[in-house]
Amino acid sequence: MGFENFGTVSFTAEAKVADFITQLEAGKVMATRCRKCGGSYFPPKVDCPKCLSSDVEWFEVKSQGKLTSYTVVNYGPSGFENDAPYILALAKFDDGIQILARLSRGITEKDIKIGMNLTVHPVKLADNRIAYEFIKG
Amino acid sequence: MADRNVCIVGAGMDRWGVREASIVDMAQEAAKDCFDDVPALKKEDIDGLLFASSYCGRSAFQVNAAPVVAERIGIQPTSICTRVDTLCAGGSSGIIMATGLIKAGLADVVMVAGGEKLYTPQRWETYYSEMASIDHDWDGAQGMGLPPPFFSMTAQDHMKRYGTTKEQLSAVSVKNRRNGANNPKAQFQKAVTIEEVINARAVVPPLGLFDCTPITDGCAAVILVSEDKAKELTDRPLVYVRGTAQASLHSMSMNWPGEDLSDWVHLRTAAKKAFERARVSPEDVDVAQTHDCFTISEIIEMEDLGFCKKGEGGAFVESGQSDFGGKVPVNTDGGLLSCGHPFGATGIRQAMEIFFQLQGRAINQAKDAKIGLTHNLSGLNVEHTILIYGREP
Repeated sequence: MGFENFGTVSFTAEAKVADFITQLEAGKVMATRCRKCGGSYFPPKVDCPKCLSSDVEWFEVKSQGKLTSYTVVNYGPSGFENDAPYILALAKFDDGIQILARLSRGITEKDIKIGMNLTVHPVKLADNRIAYEFIKG
Repeated sequence: MADRNVCIVGAGMDRWGVREASIVDMAQEAAKDCFDDVPALKKEDIDGLLFASSYCGRSAFQVNAAPVVAERIGIQPTSICTRVDTLCAGGSSGIIMATGLIKAGLADVVMVAGGEKLYTPQRWETYYSEMASIDHDWDGAQGMGLPPPFFSMTAQDHMKRYGTTKEQLSAVSVKNRRNGANNPKAQFQKAVTIEEVINARAVVPPLGLFDCTPITDGCAAVILVSEDKAKELTDRPLVYVRGTAQASLHSMSMNWPGEDLSDWVHLRTAAKKAFERARVSPEDVDVAQTHDCFTISEIIEMEDLGFCKKGEGGAFVESGQSDFGGKVPVNTDGGLLSCGHPFGATGIRQAMEIFFQLQGRAINQAKDAKIGLTHNLSGLNVEHTILIYGREP
């Protein structure tokens, strides 16, 4: 199992981080940390970009992130037309990582505050597809 | 052998916009316009062609485009003939590479051409293709189309952090669309009022229709030669490549290197190096073409290029400091907002405008311009590319 069912549209089926999807199906959003130099990565990377070591470990992104910016997408790219409008948000996490994800459908623009706490969770989409999204708190 | 100084001696482009023409048709039109600009040049003397295009393999279904273009414009390069891809900075990358080849004596007369055929018969294909230029596996799968949502987030951040206003964003569009109104090659040749910009329909708030560069078909071409050859070919003032830099700091995904989205640390890195190499400072720049893919981009570029202090880009533009009569006229030919943005061609179009400005023959002429600068950001703000030109080497 690779990235075939990831996101509204998946662009690459095969990647060395396919374990991410297995964990996502099991309810966890995972990142990687290099055992050699300590670099943390999301999107996860099984070969460290800093020191090029392949000795990495997976960890679950459980911490609270802080929303740094967001945007309301009114015109989705090809394949996303039926999803729009949706809100993309960027959040920084304790582990030194940054994640771009959609805000959960229940969160409206009125609810958004820069600096608000967000956590990241798997979300089931139509047609058996899966992604991750932010929820409040 | 000492390094040779390198000059631009000719420049041209086709009419940009929605074209019923192939990428090779447009390259031929741009090359013809360029040859007409330097009548003393014999086509047989051209020993190099660098063709900058990112999407030709996808939307024009033409890979290895350089030999096809060479054949269509009737040249037979013997030193170099290849394609360059740096997305929005491809043309500028080509000029940097041609400068190096000529300096080193590996080529003598190099045409740097570039462009894109982005409109496809099926509109969905044009928009789907955009995903090829971001981290499509991750950001793309969330519905992050390139590039308005990213620059919307950047604009929101700059507004929150520095109090930049929608009026200040709009001032960029009003200036650049006015400059493009008399540019016969521009995609849009119509000025807009500040009310029209503010009230235009939203694309991704706070960015509206006139805050965004359009999708464009088009090509452009310049000829670079050694100083000695330039003196043979033209009686016009010589325009030298004085300093260049290209800084890339992070991946195509949202792993942002700066403290915040308004902090373009890689632009400052590129600027420092380019100014050092050109032996000038931001105050010396008489005219500049900076990458106004979105109005917010030009505002942050004023700051991180060193034309004004961090956070003051909005006021700088609004008070006319980036207009004629101000500190440094910016995007004097209309910029991306008027001319459009066929990625590989844009850096060449900017070089052409600086070339005309420094020779005193631009359509909207800056007074007594002796030092000119071009700047591109490329992709999802992953790289910054700067070239500085001068009337002296």
